[in-house]
Amino acid sequence: MAELVLSARGMSRRFGGLYANRDVSLDMHKGMLHAVLGPNGAGKSTLINLLSGDLPPSAGQILYRGEDISGWSPDKRSRAGIGRSYQRTNIFPAFTVFENCRLAAQSRTPRALRIFSKAVAFPDLRDAADRAIEQAGLAERRDVVAATLSHGEQRQLEIAMVLATAPSVLLLDEPLAGMGPEESQSMVALLKKLTPDHAILLVEHDMDAVFAVADVITVMVTGQVLESGPPDQIRDSVAVQEAYLGEGEPDDE
Amino acid sequence: MDFSTFLIQLLNALQYGLLLFLVASGLTLVFGIMGIINLAHGSFYMMGAYMAFALTALSGNLLVAILVGIALSVLIGFLLEWALFSRLYKRDHLDQVLLTYGLILIFEELRSLLVGDDVHGVPIPELLSASIQLSETLSYPVYRLFMSAVCILLAIVMYWLIRHTRLGMMIRAGSSNREMVQALGINIDLIYRIVFGLGVTLAAFAGMLAAPVSSVYPGMGNQVLIICFVVVVIGGVGSVWGALVAALLIGLADTFGKVIAPDYAGLAVYVLMAAVLLWRPEGIFRRI
Amino acid sequence: MPLPRNKTRNYLPLVLLVLALFPVFGSSYYNELIAKIMIMAIFALSLDLLVGFTGLVSFGHAAFFGAAAYSVVLLSPKYDPGNLWLVLPAAVLTGAAVAFVVGLFVLRTKGIYFIMVTLAFAQMIYFVFHDTPLGGGSDGAFLNVKPELRIGEKVLLDLNEPMQFYYIVLAFLVVAYVFLRVLLRSPLGHALAGIRSNEHRMQSLGFPVFLYKLASFVTAGGLAGLAGFLSACQYGFVTPEILSWHQSGNVLLMVILGGMGTLNGAAIGAFAFVVLQEVFSALTKHWQLLMGAVIVTVVMVLPGGLSSLPQRLKGLLIGGGNRNG
Repeated sequence: MAELVLSARGMSRRFGGLYANRDVSLDMHKGMLHAVLGPNGAGKSTLINLLSGDLPPSAGQILYRGEDISGWSPDKRSRAGIGRSYQRTNIFPAFTVFENCRLAAQSRTPRALRIFSKAVAFPDLRDAADRAIEQAGLAERRDVVAATLSHGEQRQLEIAMVLATAPSVLLLDEPLAGMGPEESQSMVALLKKLTPDHAILLVEHDMDAVFAVADVITVMVTGQVLESGPPDQIRDSVAVQEAYLGEGEPDDE
Repeated sequence: MDFSTFLIQLLNALQYGLLLFLVASGLTLVFGIMGIINLAHGSFYMMGAYMAFALTALSGNLLVAILVGIALSVLIGFLLEWALFSRLYKRDHLDQVLLTYGLILIFEELRSLLVGDDVHGVPIPELLSASIQLSETLSYPVYRLFMSAVCILLAIVMYWLIRHTRLGMMIRAGSSNREMVQALGINIDLIYRIVFGLGVTLAAFAGMLAAPVSSVYPGMGNQVLIICFVVVVIGGVGSVWGALVAALLIGLADTFGKVIAPDYAGLAVYVLMAAVLLWRPEGIFRRI
Repeated sequence: MPLPRNKTRNYLPLVLLVLALFPVFGSSYYNELIAKIMIMAIFALSLDLLVGFTGLVSFGHAAFFGAAAYSVVLLSPKYDPGNLWLVLPAAVLTGAAVAFVVGLFVLRTKGIYFIMVTLAFAQMIYFVFHDTPLGGGSDGAFLNVKPELRIGEKVLLDLNEPMQFYYIVLAFLVVAYVFLRVLLRSPLGHALAGIRSNEHRMQSLGFPVFLYKLASFVTAGGLAGLAGFLSACQYGFVTPEILSWHQSGNVLLMVILGGMGTLNGAAIGAFAFVVLQEVFSALTKHWQLLMGAVIVTVVMVLPGGLSSLPQRLKGLLIGGGNRNG
């Protein structure tokens, strides 16, 4: 069995009287891509926010390598190796692609006290940044200001920044949203390439992509886990089909 | 402290707190709904007090002065919103800070040019000039009770206005989603103008009301502004209800602080603020 | 942010030369004025670290300036010169220490709250000096004799000497400027730029954002303390007014007037502000009216501050311009 890295145990999140996540449990293993499907409002983004620490859970536990981290701040979780990307592109628009990634890499070795050294002069940070840029397929756009990138390229940068932090867990919130078919394909290829060394949680609407890359799929409806299992099981599940047919086309944002 | 002294201090605290509420509610509304931080808000309080002084001297009657003063304040509010503030909605808070700081300087100097830098008093209207005897040596002026009553009345009116009128509904909607309100065909610019005018008028009215007891002096606006910031920070930006609670808390802290440790009384409200910040950085209440 | 290569940097040696030679030709009045401008420039630079480079709009920066100025008076003997070795570091530390304590509170808030809370805390410190006998109450206190730099019996520097004082101020301005330039290109400086640009993402990338902001706040407080030290030495007395919110407002004004986020801008802003103040107050007792009018005009027609003026003019000449409303 693959190594268990991150798991949620009976995790819930309430907003007022409404449950955005209710009693959610799932496991993420190293070398496996765990996809989460569900109609809009199913609580997929909340799930990622809870795992990354952007939201505190109302109840339940989050275990990272056996340790309860539900009280940890987002930055502490990130430093521990839990990286995330955002559904809405969340970058430093005025910086170049390189600086976006270099800064991300800097978070691993902050060197905050070395105020007499140039930030851009550290070779390890440059290498980490360039590697991440290369992986995400942005090498040609390295010195372009992020704000001027196309939407799809900004999505790639979003991933590159996470990669630059050398995480062991990747929480990816709809990385394919707004990408063209070609960009999507290379992103899917990237996901496949990353899977062996990472525990990946992928929230995505693109069914074809999900079934192409996922090792495990969890389907969520109204904040709860409807079904969880290998892709074949999900494809054949009556409950899942009913949930989706009842909700209509899932991918309208 | 015997009971009647305590009662007097309690009434003073209440009166001060309620007055602060009048000023701060305008500040918090203008921020909560329009997203504008207005440093010049205290200047409207100062303006009101000076209007009360000048207009009472002219007409010989505080009530007339207040009525004329209210009309002038509404006018000033509309004019400022139209000429300056309406252009700042999409700008940074920094620009708003800068503009309103400039306005403070202008208002202070205009006051100096028009009325001078002396401290003035405004006579309490005869009808309200009596005092209520609490014990053989202690009494409480009727005018202060009148002030508190007026403030309470206004607080009730505001509550009703925001909760139960069409205007209030639009104001509440406007504070949560500007685009939505516009899409519904409501004239958001008009709402903003009304809210800003209301804020100016509330502050000016508080100044007029306070003039007979606090005297009228340069810099009175800035002093009240900073305390109002503390009120808003404690109460939560945009929350009128929070402003009321916070203003009353500050009234108590300041009044009893002066009794207990006169030398450090100025610090009491800030200590209160620091405590709230540790406990709840976003204020006690959040929304309107 | 990778700092945009600023063309005005090429003029810096010239500016430095002018400042260095100025006392040779200037009268004592103008020497004092330029010294004042340089002190204010240090003060404005320190605030620009917060406003322009960390994205923290502080309206209470006078607290650190003022507290440090008071510390100079309180630590100097009554009738003898204070020891510069002691008084200067103590003043800088006072500014930094006050900033540290205030920062623990105010940095818990954001945006508009931050503006209001910094103002309120500065006012609290104002009251500490205004209402308590600690620093002479509302009258303030005198620094009868200014500090000296001594090694053994030998006096190396004497701040009572106007000329020496002028060059000390100039030296400190250069130090502050270079220090900030170096700081801003360091990992810390880049992290602060990241926080200014997108604090949320910085946190999710793993930066302990609060600590970084606190570091910026304390550094700015220390530099403001340096300015406060020099100011106390220039005038020889301190009053609570140097802690007042007008002082905080004025320095914020300098930063914004000059165009925040550029070190040169902060210095230009300080220069423009002090000169305007001098010119206007020579014209009328009601000079703040004119100042207010200038501020309102700048905000309404020149959102990028004075340093955006050349670009704007260029834009106008080429046509179009870049009005960002």
